[in-house]
Amino acid sequence: MIRPLRAALLLLSLSVSPALAQTGALSPIQALLQEHREAIEKSSRRTIQPAIDAIRDSGLDAAPLVLEQWGARNMWQREDDGLFFYAEEVDRDTLRIFDFATAQSIGEFPDDAFDQLKPNSGIQGLIASALVKFQLNDPDPAKRRDALAALARNGNERHLPILRESIGAEPSAGIRQQKERLERLLTISFGASDAERIEAMDHFRGDLAVDVRAALNPILATTTEVVEGDVPAEGQNIARALRPGSESFPEAAAYDLLVARDMAPARLSPDDQRNALAANIADGRVGGVPVGELSDPAARDRAYAGLVEAGLAPPAATGDEVAAAVEAHSFYERYREASGAVTEAAQEVLRSIEVKLAFNQFLDLTLDALSLASIYFLAAIGLAITFGVMGVINMAHGEFIMMGAYTGYVVQQLIPDYTLSLIVALPCAFAVTFAAGVAMERLVIRWLYARPLETLLATFGISIALQQLAKNIFGTQARPLTSPGWLDGALSFNDVVSISYIRIAIFVLALVFLAFFLFLMKRTRLGLETRAVTQNRNMAASMGINPDRVNMLTFGLGSGIAGIAGVAIGLYAKVTSELGSDYIVQSFMTVVVGGVGNIWGTLLGATMIGFLQKGIEWFNPSNTLAAQTYMIIFIIIFIQFRPRGIIALRGRAAGD
Amino acid sequence: MRNTFIARNPSVLVFLAILAVFTIAVTLLSHAYGTGGLSTSFVKTLGKTLCLCLVAIAMDLVWGYCGILSLGHFAFFALGGYAIGMWLMYARTELIVTQSLANAPIPPTEQEVVDAIGSQIFGVVGSSDFPAVWVFAHSFWLQALMVIAAPGLLALIFGWLAFRSRVTGVYLSILTQAMTLALSLYLFQNESGLRGNNGLSGLQNLPGVQAGQDEISVWFLWGSALALGLGYVLAAWVVSGKFGSVVRGIRDDEARVRFLGYSVEGYKLFVFTLTAIIAGIAGALYYPQAGIINPGEMAPIASIYLAVWVAIGGRGRLYGAVIGAAFVSLVSTWFTSGQVPPLNLGVYTVDWVDWWLVLLGVSFVLVTLFAPKGIGGLIDLITDRVTPDRHGADYGPDKGALQEGEGRR
Repeated sequence: MIRPLRAALLLLSLSVSPALAQTGALSPIQALLQEHREAIEKSSRRTIQPAIDAIRDSGLDAAPLVLEQWGARNMWQREDDGLFFYAEEVDRDTLRIFDFATAQSIGEFPDDAFDQLKPNSGIQGLIASALVKFQLNDPDPAKRRDALAALARNGNERHLPILRESIGAEPSAGIRQQKERLERLLTISFGASDAERIEAMDHFRGDLAVDVRAALNPILATTTEVVEGDVPAEGQNIARALRPGSESFPEAAAYDLLVARDMAPARLSPDDQRNALAANIADGRVGGVPVGELSDPAARDRAYAGLVEAGLAPPAATGDEVAAAVEAHSFYERYREASGAVTEAAQEVLRSIEVKLAFNQFLDLTLDALSLASIYFLAAIGLAITFGVMGVINMAHGEFIMMGAYTGYVVQQLIPDYTLSLIVALPCAFAVTFAAGVAMERLVIRWLYARPLETLLATFGISIALQQLAKNIFGTQARPLTSPGWLDGALSFNDVVSISYIRIAIFVLALVFLAFFLFLMKRTRLGLETRAVTQNRNMAASMGINPDRVNMLTFGLGSGIAGIAGVAIGLYAKVTSELGSDYIVQSFMTVVVGGVGNIWGTLLGATMIGFLQKGIEWFNPSNTLAAQTYMIIFIIIFIQFRPRGIIALRGRAAGD
Repeated sequence: MRNTFIARNPSVLVFLAILAVFTIAVTLLSHAYGTGGLSTSFVKTLGKTLCLCLVAIAMDLVWGYCGILSLGHFAFFALGGYAIGMWLMYARTELIVTQSLANAPIPPTEQEVVDAIGSQIFGVVGSSDFPAVWVFAHSFWLQALMVIAAPGLLALIFGWLAFRSRVTGVYLSILTQAMTLALSLYLFQNESGLRGNNGLSGLQNLPGVQAGQDEISVWFLWGSALALGLGYVLAAWVVSGKFGSVVRGIRDDEARVRFLGYSVEGYKLFVFTLTAIIAGIAGALYYPQAGIINPGEMAPIASIYLAVWVAIGGRGRLYGAVIGAAFVSLVSTWFTSGQVPPLNLGVYTVDWVDWWLVLLGVSFVLVTLFAPKGIGGLIDLITDRVTPDRHGADYGPDKGALQEGEGRR
């Protein structure tokens, strides 16, 4: 029954010519616009508010559309009858005109016949806050969330009543909670009464979210003020009195403030003095002083004094005058917020937050340090075998890490699925570096077992060759090793404490390797033979152990683990040919600090270095280079007191 | 007269003669004082090579004779370069600033000159104040003293800490490497006051000298040759007498020397500090010829290269270090400058700029494995030097002890 009627109406409206529309009855929204035509045309921030309010509160379906198009500067007025439309530009001279009531196009017209309404940014702001009401009550929850996010960024006092109104009608519990929270945050900043604001603050006691601090901190913002005589006792919300000459408020800053407030004459800067002197050179003399002598500051002062006497330069404040002026004034910091109760409450809430924040930051730092320690441990665990157990200095260990990372990269090029490629890459990296390690042991290292310094240099030769080889094959730019999707993102406990999944994975991997190493060394035949060979090669050989084979396998194993570590490190750092050399010194440090020949020592060494580096970084967060420098210096000093590391082997196993 | 210094070290005379002939030949072939057969940049390369030979002698002294495989001597080298570079940069900037301020209507005060120099030098790191380390930069003599004092003091403190806690062998190597890394990381920061990773630049211009680069390059060659000659004689003298015997004893069997009543730590500390100072002087002569110095120069890898040169030349003989440093650095310059024709293998063309490091690494491994005497061993073919017959045993139980093949009877 209704549908044909509506269709007929639609047909009618489409067939109505512009001329007819002029004479016909105006749609309700057009009537409303015409009612406020003058204000809209005038487009002044002072007089526009009633018009916007009228549109907002009209309850008409077209109201949000009008506000949206108006704010976006898409509203046009027809010159001959003053009716409002919105339009989109077809080309430079032509507009496609739409009717507000029906949101239908009524044809294309040359833009000469229309005037565009160009609300300035102030009015646009008013329109946007009027629109908020519609957005907050939009039937689409996603739009309501967007509106809340926008409000959280730039809410103001006009939004507060609208937000409060919309809470009651909110159907979704989650969004309702968000709205209530935002309402309190806005109340803190824009609440009408002090009591209301303090009450809102109380809700956020110990809340770690950043937005709470962002709302509270501006309340405690101060400005530095100066008065003659004593600090005023009342009438102002004073944060603290400042004593000129203290470290945080030097006398120069105090006097600069006086100058800025026009309460004292400016001090003469050396530049001004020089310029004044240069401007008044006459017959090779300035103020009675020959120009040639002016390289002496005292002569310059005399010359300037001469100029002042002659009335050629303004008098400048002397040191005594500056001191006297500063002495005669009182300096203090005043809260921009007038109410003392509010600032006090804000301070208290912030303090409660800070205590909790410090604790959480400590937790976060601990997690960071743990993950760094596990990275160092992972990089060093292969060394703990080759260097710690076998006593072979392998400078190419870093390059084995790099080979593992590149293997991961190559596998990823062949297998596009990241999860699968990672599963394939780990054994591949192990196989590649195991083979490389065995080859190196057979060809080079076994000839040099008694000569550790020669081993160091020979393996360094291999290291530079491998590094250059990698550069020749893969180029100098960094190659990405992308982690699978389920490793993206971070596990966050609250706004402060969070740790990325990759780091958790590396931590788990480090633990797995620790268990693997312990199992291998303590529970398997190979481990037993390895320990026997490294303690006494000849005795082991006479017991029927083949030391060549054991050495080969052990070295291969250490190298293979380096390869797997390479895949893990490549996941969170870019893969370059220098990847390994970035870790090699730290890895050796880890093993040396921990104590050679003991896996628990390596674990402790990695933990110590990780925590130390993060701890130093915490003191000076902007400078990780300094953190590394101080850490290395600390390690050098540490070695003084425990030359054999944290866990030192004793007796015959120690070797010497 | 059988026991004179020269008689015990016949190589000194030969070396000095060769060095003199070389210097005269290069002078006669230079642009400034001769036919112009050698380009100025090549004269500079030769001068730099002489400095590298000097630091290699220092390395040989500390490693080949004392058994300390220091991976930090290039840091001392760079420290010497920084010390002289500070004066060069300050004095040159001072000249420029004074010149530009001379035209100002009012003559500048001293403070203004210093401020202008500061903003010139530290503009790149966003600062204009002189950090405390520049306090001596205005004076050549004080800064020249720093060339000796800075590396010497660092070596003294570090060596004292390391030797008294009896850190030896590879641990000491790793520790010196860590020291080098810490120093280079420190200098990489802008807060270190040495212009961060920009380093010091424009060092090739001698302040107040009107001569062109062609003449300056020859002067530096003479200076480097003189330093190398003196350094060689000093090193030969140090290792030839009783002192040298103790030092070699420490290399081969430290414990035995200690039980004989010698203060092993004192000897080691002396050699370590002396070689650090020699390295510093070499650096102070090197970097004005290179023109620029930055913290990358003292990366740990540079010090390992130094050990590589000595090993390739033949450690435990001073001329071996010189031969190794000269040979490897000149061949390296030759290969990396792209002058070596590429090797066409049919399926792949070997471009030596890319493959030189691979060749160097591999040949270094081969030298370590098969020719412990290094290139210096070739000299034995024309002298009467014979290796001892120790039935394959090394000279001593220590990690740095000479191998049978490296020794002489």
